[in-house]
Amino acid sequence: MDASRMPEAKTEDVLVVEDLVVETAGRNSAKILSGVSLRVAPGETVCLVGESGSGKSVTSLATMGLLPKGALMARSGRILVEGEDVLTARPARLRQLRATRMSMIFQEPMTALNPVLTIERQLEEVLSAHSQMSAKERRDRIRGILELVRLPDVERMCRSHPHQLSGGQRQRVMIAMALVLEPKLLIADEPTTALDVTTQKEILRLIAEIQERLGTSVLFITHDMGVVADIATRVYVMRHGAIVEEGPIQRILEKPERDYTRDLLAAVPALHPREGRAAASREVVLSTSELGMVYRQPSLFRKRQGTVAAKDVNIKLKRGRTLGVVGESGSGKSTVARCVMRLIDPTEGSIRLRGEEIVGLSRGALRPMRKRIQMIFQDPNRSLNPRLTVGDSITEGPINYGSEPRAARERAMELLELVGLPADAVDRHPHQFSGGQRQRIAIARALAMEPDVLVADEAVSALDVSVQAQVLDLLDEIQTRLGIALLFITHDLRVAAQICDEVVVMQNGRVVEYGPTAEVLGNPREAYTRQLIEAAPGRHWDFPNFRPLAPGGPGSIEATA
Amino acid sequence: MLAYIARRILASIPVMIVVALFVFLLLRLTPGDPAAIIAGDMATPAQLDQIRQSLGLNEPLVTQFVTWSGQLLSGDFGRSLISKTPVLRLIGQRLEPTLSLAIVTMLITLLLSIPMGVLAAWRHGSLTDSAVMAISVLGFSIPVFVTGYIFIQIFAIDLRIFPVQGFKSIGEGFWPFFSRIFLPALTLATIYIALIARMTRAAMLDVLGEDYVRTARAKGLSERVVLFRHALRNAAVPILTVVGTGFALMISGVVVTESVFNIPGLGRLTVDAILARDYPVIQALILLTSGIYVVINLLIDISYAFMDPRIRY
Repeated sequence: MDASRMPEAKTEDVLVVEDLVVETAGRNSAKILSGVSLRVAPGETVCLVGESGSGKSVTSLATMGLLPKGALMARSGRILVEGEDVLTARPARLRQLRATRMSMIFQEPMTALNPVLTIERQLEEVLSAHSQMSAKERRDRIRGILELVRLPDVERMCRSHPHQLSGGQRQRVMIAMALVLEPKLLIADEPTTALDVTTQKEILRLIAEIQERLGTSVLFITHDMGVVADIATRVYVMRHGAIVEEGPIQRILEKPERDYTRDLLAAVPALHPREGRAAASREVVLSTSELGMVYRQPSLFRKRQGTVAAKDVNIKLKRGRTLGVVGESGSGKSTVARCVMRLIDPTEGSIRLRGEEIVGLSRGALRPMRKRIQMIFQDPNRSLNPRLTVGDSITEGPINYGSEPRAARERAMELLELVGLPADAVDRHPHQFSGGQRQRIAIARALAMEPDVLVADEAVSALDVSVQAQVLDLLDEIQTRLGIALLFITHDLRVAAQICDEVVVMQNGRVVEYGPTAEVLGNPREAYTRQLIEAAPGRHWDFPNFRPLAPGGPGSIEATA
Repeated sequence: MLAYIARRILASIPVMIVVALFVFLLLRLTPGDPAAIIAGDMATPAQLDQIRQSLGLNEPLVTQFVTWSGQLLSGDFGRSLISKTPVLRLIGQRLEPTLSLAIVTMLITLLLSIPMGVLAAWRHGSLTDSAVMAISVLGFSIPVFVTGYIFIQIFAIDLRIFPVQGFKSIGEGFWPFFSRIFLPALTLATIYIALIARMTRAAMLDVLGEDYVRTARAKGLSERVVLFRHALRNAAVPILTVVGTGFALMISGVVVTESVFNIPGLGRLTVDAILARDYPVIQALILLTSGIYVVINLLIDISYAFMDPRIRY
């Protein structure tokens, strides 16, 4: 990076990283970070933004002295936390610094807390490791901090185990744990990525509030430009283990200097819905009526109780159209997808695939129907069998349905080209491809069955924005060419706005609002839909055009809400 | 929690019924006349008839089973055909040596294998790790009778620390008891140390990669706390499973060790009973071992719930 542009490190900076080089350990060491420099001033919120593999998490782990031993090591450079070099600190000193001067919260609140210890125990051990407080002082401090992070019913929280809390509550506990000793520096590594938008909004607000109250500096790592726009004072853009660009938030958003930053911003899908497309066909390929799914827990002693995962879901999907199902986790959107695929059996209602009822069909009777509806899953790293070649993965289905292996293979090569991969990819294995490429393979696999309906369950959620944009374009193109109907499950309103003709908004297993995307997202009738839209990070900013959304201007939510 | 325990206990009753049925049929369905088998080659027809009468072999199978289970429930396991003593007393005499051996073995195993496994996982890929793995392979591969005689040679004959053989009840003092039980327990422990050290290492390796371990380190906790409070408890479920089944296996598998060290325990009783075709004793032993298995499995299941608060079936 251009060192001369780097502002002088000031002595009062809480965190100064100078020319940090991190390499993989072992004989053929590869550079993961090549000379990263950044600084965080007191009370500042600095965002470190970049796509997966850019090295932003490695930077944060190095700062905490938490680089995985035997895998990564800092080769050169300095990391000064309040002037003290973390890289040369002895292990005992490093342990002292953690939680007292610097602390960290992580992405997955589901896994970052120890499942077998109570919340109180996990907070208490921070205090007993770093302070001489008496048992009573510790008790009071724990209750105080839990109140500060606005957890309800603090006494019950203390006794709870992590699995009894929601994701948002767990992340509050994490924040409480990180801040209980009031460190000067809080490193937050994608702390809201795994949360729903409304929860994300609350957590971001909470961090900002506490920051103001305690004067904490925050180094916030994220891939989400929307979040950056909402919270950052300054931004560092990372790519391939180096800082590409650095500056105050306003300047970065308005006048990005580097092409990479521009591309990153341009790839953020706009929140305003796409223009309605003329319906290409009147044929309804998929419909559900009164679809419902209740999970009953068999119990020996207690009365059977059911969890309603979906209720009275009525949707219609026409050939060549895209229907989005949006909602937060637990809203029932994936349940609908799984029912439609008959991966689970709905407890009530009917599902019609090209007019034919598929609820209640036996396995055998369902077999010819399976071909007509195919699914793309969220995580392409796990949905493809790592031991099969790409060709085998794609041809397995058609061969099961009686295709000639040779013909199926040729078809697989065509499909690979259709999804933008070289035809010789057939003989390679999934690990030889990037996440975006694997999702293309997954799409090719689904298309090989020549389905009428493609169900995409969060199919672009695990991908970086730039890759996400490409995959969305690909889906759009395929739809135009093949006339496939797309049922698109997503939690991301921006994505839904980009690709869907119509949207179903779900909450607690029920349909809240259903209609053309332009209407539902542009002029929401229901309070819940509005709430979702308002929670979308960075909604005041028109990223691709490097300007704020004029209040009342086109695409602005407030104009119509 | 109580409901969970009650349900686990109820669920183990059918298992015991099936085992009892199996044991019952074992004798009845063996080819040939059970009375003849029991009586041996030299029996007179009158003796055979008397045995049939006493076993109720002339009744229909169902009636036989009901009477027989009724006797079991009231604690009547019959008499040994050889010594004519009640089976229950026979077993009672042999239970203490075997249980002592099993318990001391488990204690030695746990004291050595868990720290070994934790250390190996913590220092993954280091010399310590390789050493632990090497000891494991050795423990697995050397047969019990070889380790037994090696230990006798070293500790009893050369160093003269412990007696060569025998058993003394703990009622006769701790040292007489411990000095005699230690070598056989250590012998028996080698294979379990190998097994449980490996198991602990594998479970710990999994857990050490978890996010909450990273969180624990980020809180500035010492490595000891990270390893034992945060990691080991999460790794406990698979380790407990092996410890439990290992313990149950041990009780039924002490035959060789008891022979080598001349301990008058259940293992020897089993060997003697089988060689003498002492059917009532064999039946009772099978029932006892299965009972121990069922109880230990029950304890493991319940201990899961204590170790991991998420487990509540």
